[in-house]
Formats: sequence, C-alpha cells, structure tokens
Amino acid sequence: MSTQQGGRFFFNVDWITILIYVALCTIGFVNIYASIYNPDTSTLFNFGSNYGKQLIFIITALVLGFSILLLDAKFFSVFAPIVYGVTLLLLMVVLVVGRKVAGNQAWIPLGSFRLQPSELAKFGTALLIARYVGNFNPKFRDIKSIFFAGLIICFPLLLIMLQPDTGSALVFLAFMFPLYREGLSGYFLLIFLGMIVLFIADFLVPISVLIPIILLVGGFFAYQNKRKQQMMFSMIIATIVAVAYLFLVKFAYEKVLEPHQRTRIEIILGLKTDPKGAGYNVIQSKIAIGSGQLTGRGFLEGTQTKYGYVPEQSTDFIFSTIGEEWGFVGCSVVIALYIFLLLRVINLAERQRSTFSRVYGYCVASIIFFHVFINIGMTIGIIPVIGIPLPFISYGGSSLWSFTVLLFIFLKLDSNRMGFI
Amino acid sequence: MDNLFNRKYIIQGLFIVVALILLGQLFYIQVASDRYFLSANSNVLRKKYTFPARGIIMDRNNKVLVQNEPVYDLMVTPSLVKPFDTAALCRIIGIDMKGFHKRFNKAKNQSRYQRSVFEKQLSVQTYAALQERLSRFVGFETQNRTVRHYPDSVAGQFFGYVKEVSEKDIDESNGYYRPGDYIGKAGVERQYNDVLQGERGVENTIYNARNVPQGSYLNGKFDTLAISGETLVSSLDIRLQKLGEQLLKNKVGSIVAIEPATGEVLAFVSSPTYDPNLMVGRQQGNNYMDIFRLPNRPFTVRPLSGYYSPGSSFKPVDDLIALQEGVIDPNTTFNCPGVYWAGNHPVKCEHVDGNISLRRGLARSCNTYACHVFQKLMTQPKYKSKIAAYDDWQAKVRKFGLGSKLDLDMPFERKGRLFTSEEYTKRFGKYWGYTTIISLAIGQGEMSATPLQMANIMSIIANRGYYIKPHLIKAIGEKRDVKKEYLVKNSVGIDLSHFEPVIDGMQDAVNAPYGTARDSAIPDILMCGKTGTVQNPHGKNHSVFIGFAPRDNPKIAIAVIVENAGFGSAYAAPIASYITETYLKGKLSGNRVDRAEWMKKQVVLPEIPKPKIYWGPKVADSTRKADSAARITVPPAPQKKPAANKKQLQLTK
Ligand SMILES: [Zn+2]
Repeated sequence: MSTQQGGRFFFNVDWITILIYVALCTIGFVNIYASIYNPDTSTLFNFGSNYGKQLIFIITALVLGFSILLLDAKFFSVFAPIVYGVTLLLLMVVLVVGRKVAGNQAWIPLGSFRLQPSELAKFGTALLIARYVGNFNPKFRDIKSIFFAGLIICFPLLLIMLQPDTGSALVFLAFMFPLYREGLSGYFLLIFLGMIVLFIADFLVPISVLIPIILLVGGFFAYQNKRKQQMMFSMIIATIVAVAYLFLVKFAYEKVLEPHQRTRIEIILGLKTDPKGAGYNVIQSKIAIGSGQLTGRGFLEGTQTKYGYVPEQSTDFIFSTIGEEWGFVGCSVVIALYIFLLLRVINLAERQRSTFSRVYGYCVASIIFFHVFINIGMTIGIIPVIGIPLPFISYGGSSLWSFTVLLFIFLKLDSNRMGFI
Repeated sequence: MDNLFNRKYIIQGLFIVVALILLGQLFYIQVASDRYFLSANSNVLRKKYTFPARGIIMDRNNKVLVQNEPVYDLMVTPSLVKPFDTAALCRIIGIDMKGFHKRFNKAKNQSRYQRSVFEKQLSVQTYAALQERLSRFVGFETQNRTVRHYPDSVAGQFFGYVKEVSEKDIDESNGYYRPGDYIGKAGVERQYNDVLQGERGVENTIYNARNVPQGSYLNGKFDTLAISGETLVSSLDIRLQKLGEQLLKNKVGSIVAIEPATGEVLAFVSSPTYDPNLMVGRQQGNNYMDIFRLPNRPFTVRPLSGYYSPGSSFKPVDDLIALQEGVIDPNTTFNCPGVYWAGNHPVKCEHVDGNISLRRGLARSCNTYACHVFQKLMTQPKYKSKIAAYDDWQAKVRKFGLGSKLDLDMPFERKGRLFTSEEYTKRFGKYWGYTTIISLAIGQGEMSATPLQMANIMSIIANRGYYIKPHLIKAIGEKRDVKKEYLVKNSVGIDLSHFEPVIDGMQDAVNAPYGTARDSAIPDILMCGKTGTVQNPHGKNHSVFIGFAPRDNPKIAIAVIVENAGFGSAYAAPIASYITETYLKGKLSGNRVDRAEWMKKQVVLPEIPKPKIYWGPKVADSTRKADSAARITVPPAPQKKPAANKKQLQLTK
C-alpha cells in the first residue's frame, strides 16, 4: 500500500487546504505589489522588483510543494532525525559564517539567495517531535518524556537565541500545543499563561506591591487546601517560584535584553511613547491600518502604503497594507482564512491513523498560529515588535518556502492517512 | 484516548479566541476611532497657503486710499536645510548670527518637516537681493504676501491697522485663523475685516515618508485659490480729511463733517494723529509703543470716544423742543439782565441782552434766554411731577442722538451721557427740580456728547427733522452694495415749520454783525452755525463750533472741537468755515487762504496736567462736582516736558 498511483494520490490530497494556501499566497502577492507600487515604474511582471521576485517564489514554492506530494510518505518519518540534525548543524554554521541582517546573524549566503536555517529548524523540530511521540507514545505524565521532548525543542531554540533572533525562538513555544494534545498536563499551559501575566505585571506594577499580592493570593490558596497537604505544599512552592520568577525577569530585563528590545517592550506596555524611535514602526503601522476604516482605501489607493510611511512594509508589516487598502473587511477575510486553515489542519490531523502524522499536523497548525498571532498582533500594537513574517503573505522566499514545505509535508502525510508509516 | 481527543476543542477554541482579540483591536482602530484616519492624512498632506490681498479702500471720489504692497516672507523647512553660508544669508536679510540661530531653532521647534516663517515681510529690494542667491540656501523659500500702504499718510484713526493674529484670535475663530494670518485690529480695518480679508487659498500636496512632494492630493479636488478682499468705498473726501488734519495740527481735537442728505461722513479728523504707514511692516511693534507713549494719546479716536459738554451748541435742540411743545413761539421774548437766577444760583450771560427773542437769542448765544426756555419746558402744567417733566424732555433730547450710540461703522464708539430722572434722584435725593439741573439748558452739567453726535445734530437741523445713520463706508464690493440701514430716515419728531426760526438764529450767529461767529462767515455762502465755549475742569476752555451750509439744500454739516482753545469763535468756527468752503467751492477765497495757513501753524496744546489740584465747583455746575465739563476718554498722559515742545510725531520709519 505504500506506493500509489498518481491519479489516486492527487485524489486523496486535501484540495480545500491547498485552495486556502493559494488564496493566501495571492493575497500576499497583491499586497506586496501594492506596498512596492510606484505609479511611474510599475509593470505587473517586473521580475527585477520585489513583487516580481515574490511571483517567482510563489511558483517555485508550488513546484516545491507538489514535489513533496510526490515523495514517499515514509520518507519524512525515516529522515526526521537527519533533517533535525542537519538543521542543528546549519544553525551552528550560521553563527560562524552568517551574515548580519538587522542585528541578527540569521542568514547563510548561497549565491544570490540566502538560506535562513531558523526556518528549516521549525519543520525539522516538528518532524522529530512527531517521530518521538509516534515511536514511543509517551503520555507526558513522567518527567523523563517531558525532558526528552523539551530537549528536542530547546536545542534549536537556544541556538536561535544565540543569533540572536528572539522572534523565531519564540515560535518554538508553539510546540506546547501538540504536546498538550498528546497528554501534557494543562497546568503547563496555565503556568505558561501565568508567566506571561506576571511578566507584564512586572513592568506595570512596582515589585513592592506585586510581591505582597502574590504572597496573599498564594497564602489564601494554601490555606484553602490545608487539609490536602500535597496541594498546600505545591501552592507554597508555586508562590515561592512566582516571586523568584519576578526577580529573574527583572534581572533578565535589565542585564540580558538589548536596549532596543527593552524600549520595544516598554512601548508596547504603554510605559513610553517614542513616535520617532522604536515605536515608529508600530505607530505608522497602526495609522495605516486604522486609516483603512471599514472598507479600506482601495487597491493601490493607500496613501501610507504608497508613500512609504510604514517601514519593512512588504515583509513583517505586510498586514498594514491589507489593513489600509482593504479595511476591516479585508482584515477579517484574511484572519478568517487563517482560522479556517488552522481548524482544517487540526481536523485533518485528528483523522490521521498514525500518531506521527497527527502530532506533525498539530505542530504545523501551532507554528502557523504563533506566526499569525504574533505578526498581526505586532502590526496593530498589542504585541511587542517581534520580527517574524506573516505566513504565506509576507515577502520573502525563505519564509514562503519553509511554510510551504511545512504545510505540504502534512498534506502528503494526510493524503497517505490510510497507509502505515 | 477520548479525553485527550477533547483537547482538540480547547486548542481550536484558543485559536478562535485569539482571532477574536485581533478582530476586536482591528475594529477599534479601523471602525470605532477615526484618530488613525486623521493621523494618516496629516502624515501625507502638507497644506500650502496662499494669502489673499486685502480689499482696497477708496474715498468718495474713487481715489485709492489704501493699496497693497508686495512683501516676502522668508520660509524655512528645517529638515531640508543643508549646510550653507549662513553669514551671507544674515547679511542679506540684515540679522546677526545670534538672530539666525534664534529663528532657526524656533522654526525647528515648530516642526522639522513643515515649513514655517523664518523672517517676515522682507521688502522688494531685500527680496531681489535674496532671490539671486536663494538656490544656495537649500530649504529656504519665499512666500508672497501683501501689506497695506496708505499713500496719503492721513486718517490713521479711521483706517486703524492690520496685525498678525494673536493666540486669542486663533482660539476665538473656531479654527479659521492660523498663525501668520492678518486681522484688522482697529478702525475700518477692524470693523470691515470680514469683507476686507478675502479668502485664503490652499494647495494640498502629498509628501512621501522622506518628505519629497508627490503631487497634488486627489488632483487638487480640495485646493482653492486665494480670493482677494472686497473693495470698500469710503464716504471720506480725502482732500477735506487732509485739510482738517493740517488745520488741527499741533492742536488736540476733532472734526466731523457729514453730508446731511446721506449720513456719509466727509471728514473724520482726530488730532493728534499719526501716519497709518507706521503701523505697517517689521517696525509695527516698535512704532506702536512709540505712538502709544506720546502725549495726548494719538490712538484715541476722539470723534467717537471724546466726551465734551455740548455747551451752547445744544441750545438749538432745546429751542426746537420748546417750539414743538408750544411753550414759546419765535416771537416770545425774555429779559436778559446778564444773569439768570435759578433759585440762589446765578447763570451768567456773556452779554446784557435786554429783551431778547429766539432768533437773536441764538445768534448771541444768550444764556438767560436758554434758561427761560428750559424753565418753560420743565414747568408745563401738563406734567404731574417734575420727574415726569424731565423724563419727557430727555426722551425728546435722545431722539437727537444724544446719550446713545449712533452706531457708526467703527469700533469702540461711546454713547455720550444724558442722565435719566432716576440718576438725578440717586444723586440729589428726592428734592430736585429744574433749578437744580438748569445747566442742561446751556449744554453743561450732566450732559456729554461725542463730536460725532454734535455733527449729527447739525445734520438733523440741516435736514429739517431727520438724520440718516452716519457712516464711513458708503458702499461695499464690486456691486457697490449699500447697507439698508443707511437708507432709513430717523425722524426726531419736530415739525418742519419749527426749523426755520431756529435756522434763522443760527444763520445770524455766523452772518449777522452781532453773531458770535461773524468772523467765520463764508463769502457767497450762507453757513448756519452755533459756537460753544465749553468749560473744562482740567484747563483752558474748549472751543466748539457746529454748523451746516449752505442754508438751503445743505451739503455739509460739521462739528469742530479744539481742546483748550478758548472761545468757540477763536478756533473751532474758523476751522469749520475753511472745511466748509473748501468742500463747497473747491478752494478758499481771498485772504481766507492765508488765514487758513495761519491756523495750520497755531500750536494749542494742553498745559501739563496738575492732577492733584482740586477744581472747585463751577457756577454752571449743577452737581457741585467737577466732572461736568469736557472729558476725554483717557486722562492726559503724564509727561516731563511741556507737550508744546514736542512735535506731534517724532517717529521715523
Ligand atoms: Zn443774554
């Protein structure tokens, strides 16, 4: 059953997902065209320009995607450790020979194109996690399995942090979702959420107020659970850990973060206004999106877009073009497409026979979700400026290809769902 | 496995919740708030304003009184400025390096990307010198503007002046004015500012993020051209105005001349005056302070804010009321022994006139006759009380325009003073009567009028019973629109037949051998008038003359006040006669040319005020307070040197 006829195989591919994929790529091309558009020099097919390049990227991505569909489904499971190993190697190479772009050492120059290993690392890690869960079927009830999974995630994460590329590193937190699906305690998600809340509170509330509050709340819950000794004990531990975490955050914030990263966080938390400095991108992006109003200014009519008011608009801030020219309606359509894609991928994942495929599907959905949430959240000012692209829409070959590979591997696995891997 | 399968919903639910959070924020910034929409426009749009020329003002003979001269503001856009020879620029526009940095920093603080004024109102010459080298001063450009020029250098108080808008003007204009706009601050420039200022033009240009212009916004859909202000036709005869100012040179006073048939003001002289051109240009502020500090306050617009007791010039009004009431007829005689006794108070007459009737009483300005007439009016049997008598009388006087504003088309007109019975009761208690207020009979006491009101009374008598609101602007715009209110005749309620006897007396005052102003008779023209000598608690009496001419079909009504000049016949009457003759004949006749020249050279300025001396009550003062005679809006300014030693204007441009 492992070899299939071409006709039957294409019949099995989930065309709805491919349709959404193509729609998102098209939206990307149209908006990249608009954000680079210059009434004097633009022709639709100008391959020297960035939208011309993006057209090439899309075509090559489609070729790449359909080539993946032609591979043997076993290939991914078998080669997962190798792919993972190669990405780790590349991440180390990039630290040595990488070219600095915007303070990050993220690119390996390959002729006229540049290779970004952190993009490869996403599906390399996804494949290995899927392979690990698929092979050993751990329920993540024991420290050992959590430790192993954590190790798989943390190797590339730390190497990416060293570049330093905080944005890409953050995306690796997305792997919490597949692990949760496979049995990881919900407490981990809650603890994670608590860490974020405490992190933000750390900036907004003086530590002298925050610590008594934590002690009071912790003490209250500990007292509530005084009959269940174990619960009470863990409550006390949690309280102590929370306080330690607060100090750690303060320390990390002051000693580890770069000054520009500090300002970004402060701006997003409303502690600082700096319209011409680090906050400039966000302010201009919000202005562009806000000026789109309900229905947008229309294609090629966005003044902020046309006259270059939003920096990095075709890459990380492409959503501001959509917001300005297509308005709230256009934004809603894009977000709806993403949500539809994510729910579709998860539903597809759930129908997989093999755990490997299911876990990989969850990885794909979670990675795309993190990118979409962080990127759009950043352009509308509810998340600090973290430079990661909007999947399938942002300009750039590396990003488009890696998302395509990520998604099409899953589509291949799905088309082969009745088979055994 | 089943319970783990349910986790799918938790994850999917989380995705949806996060999507809703994103949509919520998007809804807020895109739909709920228009703040970002406005910010987007201010990002890309730069408005460039073009300033309209203010309306031209002409005199009644279509001579241009105010025109516009081009000046150039030097503008700077700080972000565009590249290093350049700053010393050269400073040299051309005449500033030093310190001044340069001050201006540049000010512009930078306003906005780095928007252009703002670097130096205002460069002259054509400076502009020409600058234009040659402007290409070397990147980031600098010039902007055309116009400023006022008054070719005749007269009628400063009439024109007022134009000034850059203040913060307050901007706040009060609901966003109409922007810094750098001009606004009329006094005189006609203020009164007719809305008509004169025109419409600012605007050009919307789109700029990209690097501040490079990208063409006009929406193909100029919202662009407008500047529209010049409307032309005003003034009622002034600039020749008369000039003559009046010359005649009042080195004197303090006013001349108001009105064309009775139309209410058009022919001359509006306030002395001392100043050259309106001093209030234009870069030296405006300094000149303003210099003029402000001068003695006798040139900025005071005496014709409409100077308070003077009308004195004897009020007598015709009282006589007309008496004739209308029927308490006298033209032949009624009273005996003048040189004094009239109001109870215990004597009111002196200048003469011992013996038995005297209306015509001679006016010509001789007999105080006794006037007091008897007033007594008759106040003691008519038809009144139930003295208060009713007074109220009726003052209501009739008010019809002549005394005690309230005539609504001249100039700012800051004052209404004069005429007591109500309540005010008298407040001052004297219950027990007062015509003897208490007898000085009203001779235009003194609690009665003050502006020169405008006095001229208007002459207009009424010249018209035999009505006046048209006096005004300084007779027509507005290309179509020469006339305000409707300037076509309305305001009747004073006196029958036509009563005027001739009064006018007889006024004719004699100027033309009869026994008249008070016989020296001012005009050859071949019957001028009718009335002199007044107005007591002044602060110094010498004021010289007053009011009149009109010719007697039949009068063309000019006039009031002249020369402060501290003594008898009405000495200064005011001759000045009025020169103005009148010039207006009616085009020139002065015979030796009157020389006499007018002599008058121009006379210096009659108030003595140094001695503010601490208490001026005791005067006989003619019914109030026992020294406030009845002439008053000017502001007390004379303290000064160290006698004013006579100072020239009226020692300013150089
Ligand atoms: Zn007498």
